[in-house]
Amino acid sequence: MHLPSEHIQSSDRLLIKGGRIVNDDQSFHADIYMEDGLIKQIGDNLIVPGGVKTIEAQGKMVIPGGIDIHTHFQMPYRGTTTVDDFAQGSKAALAGGTTMIVDHVIPEPGSSLVEAFDQWRQWADEKACCDYSLHVDVTHWNDSVKQELDSLIKDKGVNSFQVYMAYKDYYQMSNSELYEVFTFLAERGGIAQVHAENGEIIAEEQARMLQMGITGPEGHVLSRPEELEAEAVFRAITIASQTNCPLYVTRVMSKSAADIISQARKKGNVVFGEPITASLGTDGTHYWSKNWAKAASFVTSPPLSPDPTTPDYLNTLLSSGDLSVTGSAHCTFSVSQKAIGKDDFTQIPEGVNGVEERMALIWDKAVTTGKMDENMFVAVTSTNAAKILNLYPRKGRIAVGSDADLVIWDTDSIRTITAKTHNSAAEYNVFEGMELRGAPLVVICQGKIVLEDGNLHVTSGVGRFIPCSPFPDFAYKRVKARKQLAVLRAVPRGMYDGPVSEFSMSRGGTPSASARTSPTKQPVRNLHQSGFSLAGNPAPCGDLTASHSIVVSVGTRPKMYSIQCFTLGI
Amino acid sequence: MSGSCYQGKNSIPHLTSEKLLIKGGRVVNDDQSLYADVYIEDGLIKQVGENLVVPGGVRVIEANGRMVIPGGIDVNTCLMKPYLGTYPVDDFLQGTKAALAGGTTMIIDHVTPQPGDSLLDAFEHWQEAADKRACCDYSLHVDIPQWNEAVKDELELLVQEKGINSFQVYMAYKDVYQMSDSELYEAFSFLKQLGAVVLVHAENGDLIAQEQRKILGMGITGPEGHPLSRPEELEAEAVFRAITLGNRVNCPVYITKVMSKSAADTITQAKRKGSVVFGEPITASLATDGSNYWSKNWAKAAAYVTSPPLSPDPTTPDHLHTLLACGDLQVVGSAHCTYSTSQKAIGKDDFTLIPEGINGVEERMGFVWDKAVAMGKMDENQFVAVTSTNAAKIFNLYPRKGRIAVGSDADVVIWDPDSIKTITAKLQQSASEYNIFEGLECRGGPVLVLSQGHVVYEEGKLQVQQGTGRFIPCKPFPDYAYQRIKFRNQVRGNQGVSRGMYDGPVYDVTPTPKYITPAPSAKTSPTSHQPPPVRNLHQSNFSLSGAQIDDNVPRRSGHRIVAPPGGRSNITSLG
Repeated sequence: MHLPSEHIQSSDRLLIKGGRIVNDDQSFHADIYMEDGLIKQIGDNLIVPGGVKTIEAQGKMVIPGGIDIHTHFQMPYRGTTTVDDFAQGSKAALAGGTTMIVDHVIPEPGSSLVEAFDQWRQWADEKACCDYSLHVDVTHWNDSVKQELDSLIKDKGVNSFQVYMAYKDYYQMSNSELYEVFTFLAERGGIAQVHAENGEIIAEEQARMLQMGITGPEGHVLSRPEELEAEAVFRAITIASQTNCPLYVTRVMSKSAADIISQARKKGNVVFGEPITASLGTDGTHYWSKNWAKAASFVTSPPLSPDPTTPDYLNTLLSSGDLSVTGSAHCTFSVSQKAIGKDDFTQIPEGVNGVEERMALIWDKAVTTGKMDENMFVAVTSTNAAKILNLYPRKGRIAVGSDADLVIWDTDSIRTITAKTHNSAAEYNVFEGMELRGAPLVVICQGKIVLEDGNLHVTSGVGRFIPCSPFPDFAYKRVKARKQLAVLRAVPRGMYDGPVSEFSMSRGGTPSASARTSPTKQPVRNLHQSGFSLAGNPAPCGDLTASHSIVVSVGTRPKMYSIQCFTLGI
Repeated sequence: MSGSCYQGKNSIPHLTSEKLLIKGGRVVNDDQSLYADVYIEDGLIKQVGENLVVPGGVRVIEANGRMVIPGGIDVNTCLMKPYLGTYPVDDFLQGTKAALAGGTTMIIDHVTPQPGDSLLDAFEHWQEAADKRACCDYSLHVDIPQWNEAVKDELELLVQEKGINSFQVYMAYKDVYQMSDSELYEAFSFLKQLGAVVLVHAENGDLIAQEQRKILGMGITGPEGHPLSRPEELEAEAVFRAITLGNRVNCPVYITKVMSKSAADTITQAKRKGSVVFGEPITASLATDGSNYWSKNWAKAAAYVTSPPLSPDPTTPDHLHTLLACGDLQVVGSAHCTYSTSQKAIGKDDFTLIPEGINGVEERMGFVWDKAVAMGKMDENQFVAVTSTNAAKIFNLYPRKGRIAVGSDADVVIWDPDSIKTITAKLQQSASEYNIFEGLECRGGPVLVLSQGHVVYEEGKLQVQQGTGRFIPCKPFPDYAYQRIKFRNQVRGNQGVSRGMYDGPVYDVTPTPKYITPAPSAKTSPTSHQPPPVRNLHQSNFSLSGAQIDDNVPRRSGHRIVAPPGGRSNITSLG
């Protein structure tokens, strides 16, 4: 490629000496030798070729590069685009120790999923500075979408699809559609991701807030209380459990939603929860800020909870394993873009930053507070994501043969977050002024040093698309086992051959009759079933009238007669 | 009242039953038990106490230290619910007879209009039928089969003039009764304003429809398909959603037919969080389980079909009794709705067509006693609360009903905690061929039942008159449900933040090709950004309410919202 020659020299072969390798399962001291973007050797006293660049880790942690499983770079929104494109966004990611991102493809409802996917691929291939994968959001549902999903899973390397329970009349799906999507994905080995909020109630609440004259950003959180998030999570889990489909809840923002996931996991449901940087690091009290632009910069859905104990609680559940992965949902709009909704909070573009702060924030809030150990830190920032995406152990682990995406982590450095120095193009940072302990010292991406001595040197366009294959074991092993167990059987019993009351399926044209008829139940059925339904019936069939489609009555007064003549027990 | 005495051969002449004295009983209310005599005249309790001074010629009933409790109130019966043109075999006469034989002196029946029917007509139809046939007092719930504007007027009329304060909505029965979340939200909001209690049939109908299709597709057509297609998770999910809606609207929610542990647990948790929610387990969920759906006998299996279905988990009844005893569930109904086997057989080839309903009005009090009180889970006062008093409170009938006190209706039961009987269809009052509790032994039962001051059941014999049951109107805003709601209403005012108007640049969302490359322009700081001129025109119309700087500007009558002077859109209210 068109890299400066010094880069090729220095970064093709690398040796990290004297570091402590931290994976999700164990930590140990060893050197790491990398070549051609892969980890080639791990151990002490490695025999390496001459002229290798050596990095002295001096006992510091060497961890697998972070995977931010949820970003929205370069996302189109009503004719505008988020201010962080794939170059800017992935640069911010690398600056924070994240060496892979997974972006959401959001097709317009009604448009082709594959075309949208190709579009996103093009954007990302042009600009991304680190490896990436893609989730595809399913914004409408019909048979052609099924075919597209098939091709995305089989040919395009996508294994995770997001559906929406919110955004009424736009992205939102009904329960029946969700059921069908989940059923479909369960067969194909996809992961069903849900944006869990009850869109119908939100629509009602939004109308109510606007009617009350509340138009500012506080209306956003008032109209989307956390109960509605919890309700949708509960419903999604129910549907997933019915369809035996692994479920992934994107953006766990509140204690109650997290609790529902916790409880479901304790009942055995295969469900993963993804808190994001913002919900782990800040809260929704800022929606009431007197500064409109600041308040608006926090607008995201589900909203940040106004309960200030939320971040602490979510960090605890992340540490205990009840929540599995962390994303950032990085989706940044400028103030002037947010101002589209200056007179109506429902028009404010939704999105917060967080791709750069994600790893440091979790270190600061969870590890330094003693909630989480360093191995769990690696699990929730990288390994679990790789497992869900079926990229493990290529990503998410420091092992021979894995991609050379790794980070030397400095546990003691302290930084203050501010929009002035962050790598995002947004004017606001929702973590403004926060002091975070822990930061990447050296970041290696695809075997090349991209961050060293505080200097970031990234190359736009080097990021590769990493295809994800279906049926990740992490989610599907249990699902497969359950599928074998969950075979339903009918009870073998003799046919009921007693009298049947007269009834009419088309009474008064009320919808009840037709709706209660199941698809298999058409009047036709009577003909081929009459062979056995009347077996042993002593009454003559003479008064079966043609006009009564399903009537199988004995005598003219079936109700009275049946009680007397009927023998119980068949 | 006209009409001949039923089984009236050795009944006492009518006059004597007008004045009654129950001597030597232990009066048990929901709050306390005490030894006292009860004097009854003209259908009302006139005196409660010791050594009462009563007129001569009064019939004296010796209670011999047995419990004297308020007659039971069965909050959920369907004695006239049509199904594809057929009606339950227990009508108001048969059903209320069964109720009285079990110690229940009042029922609340569901008026079940079909979608498109007038609620008012249906109500009058039910009332007429009940007035003719019922042998005990009754009230009515009205089910709302669909939500639209016309319904609203009828609801208002029913609440304000007809004595209805409770309405049932359905989250199941897709494309028939089922309401969407938006409709539920609107219905809850509306009913709350009327002060009515929202009853919810909580099951996720969308998913049930999917599951039914799947199960039928697998060739499962028998009654076992019913619980398989309606797993208890779907009940719990709907309960959770109903409670969420109730919380948002700040409206009391009453879950009818709590059939499973998970649904009950969801209610429990919601109560812990402060939700105003009531749960109604029924006789069937308290006394039996869903294992019988797998019976080899089709007719028997079909007899258990009701929705939500009985849980196949055999520990369910015990769990529900525990929650009933600790107050997490409040009232017990029966959902008594019996169809004959030949009626059930409408669904002999397709479980989705089996008419739904089970018996339980007669067995209700007995089983709560047997499984909760006799097991030491519940005390006798709580027994009275869950079988009678709480129902009276929720539906605003207290203390006329649900209490033994001076001035209350003389619906009184002398209860024998030791009597043992075996439930069987042969001895039941109900007209159905099956009793889903067949063969179960039940300890505790009524010795004597007074309804409206008349002895209607004594020594195992019923002496009832059809048509004596009166419609008891229920007033809106029952304190038991609405007192908390009222306070919360006062506390819950949301207020906007009063902040200066944002007056920086605004991105133009009109999809013009000019603005397709947003990144550079968006990155410019707000102050230096020059807003496109087009934008001002369409934004000046709605944007500026609440800007203090405009307060001195006279308001134009055509615009509700103050327009800025000179048509400029950037008002520097911050500076």
